[in-house]
Amino acid sequence: MRIGVITFPGTLDDRDAARAVVAGGAQAISLWHADADLKKVDAVILPGGFSYGDYLRCGAISRFAPVMELVIEAANNGMPVLGICNGFQVLAESHLLPGALTRNSDLHFLCCDQELEIVNNKTAWTNSYSVGEKIVIPLKNGEGSYQCDDQTLAMLEGEGRVIARYVGENPNGSRNLIAGITNAKGNVVGLMPHPEHAIDELTGPTAQGLGFFTSILNAMVK
Amino acid sequence: MKKRFFESPAASFKREQTMATIVVDVMLKPEILDPQGNAVASALPRLGFTFATSVRQGKRFEIEVEGDVTPAQLTEVEKAAEVLLSNPVIENYTVRVEK
Repeated sequence: MRIGVITFPGTLDDRDAARAVVAGGAQAISLWHADADLKKVDAVILPGGFSYGDYLRCGAISRFAPVMELVIEAANNGMPVLGICNGFQVLAESHLLPGALTRNSDLHFLCCDQELEIVNNKTAWTNSYSVGEKIVIPLKNGEGSYQCDDQTLAMLEGEGRVIARYVGENPNGSRNLIAGITNAKGNVVGLMPHPEHAIDELTGPTAQGLGFFTSILNAMVK
Repeated sequence: MKKRFFESPAASFKREQTMATIVVDVMLKPEILDPQGNAVASALPRLGFTFATSVRQGKRFEIEVEGDVTPAQLTEVEKAAEVLLSNPVIENYTVRVEK
């Protein structure tokens, strides 16, 4: 199984994402933002970082990269896509996921080990977890506050499309403590914290992020 | 073709005469939290400026075009404001021609 990891100018976490893909049991394929070529991958990860320097708005310029036109089309046809941190911002700017990520409510760049609760394990990227399972993975961003209008929030909650929430104090002002959401089909997932930095205890706070990368294999085997 | 790196003051003046500026202002929607505006609002009184009850911070784009602005150009700029310059999920924009 081939999982593409996209590198934009300014992407930081592509190597960790590729390493996590391999640890999960799949083959990691590097994709370049300027190439309109998905190299026959079965799924795509948009990793974290500061694509295009976060100019204009985080993810706003990346959304128009040649590779993204193909990702948007494939995602709409059901291909699994995971956006982590900056990748989540790109997915929101691409309108593959509703809402937007805005400045952390206290304006500080956060870097900490964050506890999350998985609240939806039906998606392509969360099926290795159980509902209510608590995991600790790194959270590191300046614009991670999930915002949307009341109607969208009611829709997300009503359809069970929140996939993970922050546990404890709200770290960044996100509505309803939202750390991650999915689209209606469950193939596209955006997550602010970084599971790819928590795949083994040698390099991460825990190995509890690995589930995102084993989930995708389960999803493809089904 | 030989490139000209410097233009005479007269040429520069003439060029400026034939340029117009379209301004796009982008603001967070009123219901969206603006932590930057709040930070500015709380810094003002520390400096002795006590006039503000609230501050909202936004972005301003100045777009230069050749000659007079046509309605077709304004429509294009509106489209660009909708697609790229603003995120309609969280922001509003206004487009105007600067005199």
